[in-house]
Amino acid sequence: MEAQMILLLFILVLSIFLGVELITKVPSTLHTPLMSGANAISGITLVGALLSSGSGEFLTTILGTAAVFFATINVIGGYLVTNRMLGMFKKK
Amino acid sequence: MNLMINIDTSLIVNLAYIGASILFIVGLKLLGSPDTAKKGNLLSSSGMLLAVLVTLVDQSIIDFTWIIVGIISGGIVGYLAATKVQMTSMPEMVAIFNGFGGIASLLVGSAEFVGTSEINSALFFAIYLTVLIGGMTFTGSLVAYAKLSEIIGGRPTLYKGQQIVNSLLLLVVAAAGLEMIIFQEIFTSYEILLIVCGLAMLLGILFVIPIGGADMPVVIALLNSFSGLAACAAGFVIVNNVLIVAGALVGASGLILTNIMCKAMNRSLANVLFSGFGSVTESSSSESVDQGEVKPINASDAFLILEAASSVLIVPGYGMAVAQAQHSVRELGELLEANGTEVKYAIHPVAGRMPGHMNVLLAEANVSYDVLVEPDDVNPIMETVDVCMVIGANDVVNPDAKDNEGSPIYGMPIIEVDNSKTVFVLKRSMASGFAGIQNPLFFKQNSRMLFGDAKETVSALVAEFKG
Repeated sequence: MEAQMILLLFILVLSIFLGVELITKVPSTLHTPLMSGANAISGITLVGALLSSGSGEFLTTILGTAAVFFATINVIGGYLVTNRMLGMFKKK
Repeated sequence: MNLMINIDTSLIVNLAYIGASILFIVGLKLLGSPDTAKKGNLLSSSGMLLAVLVTLVDQSIIDFTWIIVGIISGGIVGYLAATKVQMTSMPEMVAIFNGFGGIASLLVGSAEFVGTSEINSALFFAIYLTVLIGGMTFTGSLVAYAKLSEIIGGRPTLYKGQQIVNSLLLLVVAAAGLEMIIFQEIFTSYEILLIVCGLAMLLGILFVIPIGGADMPVVIALLNSFSGLAACAAGFVIVNNVLIVAGALVGASGLILTNIMCKAMNRSLANVLFSGFGSVTESSSSESVDQGEVKPINASDAFLILEAASSVLIVPGYGMAVAQAQHSVRELGELLEANGTEVKYAIHPVAGRMPGHMNVLLAEANVSYDVLVEPDDVNPIMETVDVCMVIGANDVVNPDAKDNEGSPIYGMPIIEVDNSKTVFVLKRSMASGFAGIQNPLFFKQNSRMLFGDAKETVSALVAEFKG
């Protein structure tokens, strides 16, 4: 368990550094789409929600299904609205 | 044989998660440039689809009924929200979506907590963090949503002993954490879970309530980061790399935006979060010295000046969003260009209620993004600008930020419109802006006030050009 946690922590630290390097230079034009696009990515928690929702245990299923509902709003809504916004950015 | 299949599935699932992580990383990278952003969003969404699909083949899923119910209902709500929302309501939309991400992670953490029979401190610690960050993100975002949609007032809510109450609450939260993670003695596991959920949600409310409307760009960026961190913590709970990678990317991007917003106001994050900016300045405004008379101007006189101008700089702010004036503004801009005038739009990073708010509105109105300039580009050449049109912006053009050391916004980088030859200020009335601070710009020699609704005023100017 501990070795596993250390591995996960390792991944976390590297990902944060990666994220910072990746996103440092974003023109202000794209601040809103970046936020809503990132928000859609945070809907990745849907992966955990699916496992709980399909567990077959009563209480876990209820909580998991509610999580699936909210995470799906995040994913579908987030990607669609980002796409809609980006479609408006035009250069003459 | 059966074992063989199990190993194979788990290998495929994990390889697919690596693929999904790569798609998120590349997608986010491409989202950083206007030419590739759309492709980036597409890549990131295909990463999500991949991650979801392989999770569905996971052996531990027994019953798909409720999964389908959740996905269909959530999908419908998400689809309707994304396609129906007005661009002017985008800050509210982003705020509430951050909140949904938070509550989803809280629910995932809770589901794992009630589902596990072992006592495992590392797991419980991860669950505690997930519930805490997720709950704070949820209620914090709801308060931000309520402030942005003006269900509750945008002014900061402050009360005596606020810091003490918050500090005590943090102690209680920490104590509840110890009980949940290590002791499990006083309360049953259900009770302590509910207690931590409740405390997290209370914390979220108390954290956003004292922050004023003008500081919302910082809060939304920060809550955006939190929604990622909550997913990240949930990744530790279910021991899943893709949640950790994706969550950390979102956490980092939110923090970077938060930092950009803070820099644009020359304030620290702590100052934004804890100072209740804008609530104390009202008393000082009554003592302010008489700054002279404002000089109103009507649309037809303004038209004559605009017609003769060879360069016009439009400075939009939250007032343009409120008046839904972006389309009229674009029309005016086009007429000016047809008249041989050079038209640019100067966008301050914190103009509006979320990062990039003005850019989205102008994009909606079909303004090309290469005529949008940032303060650093335009300030050095401000003396050469004939007319600056300030449309519903206030604090981001307040000269007190560079001249008056006593001003609460002193040191904030502004768009120095007062250095241009003529400034038109479109404003509903002389009432002070969201931050409640006096603006000496209105009393400057080269300032002219165009009172009225921004949309009506701009439309009147458009009519002058056409007629």
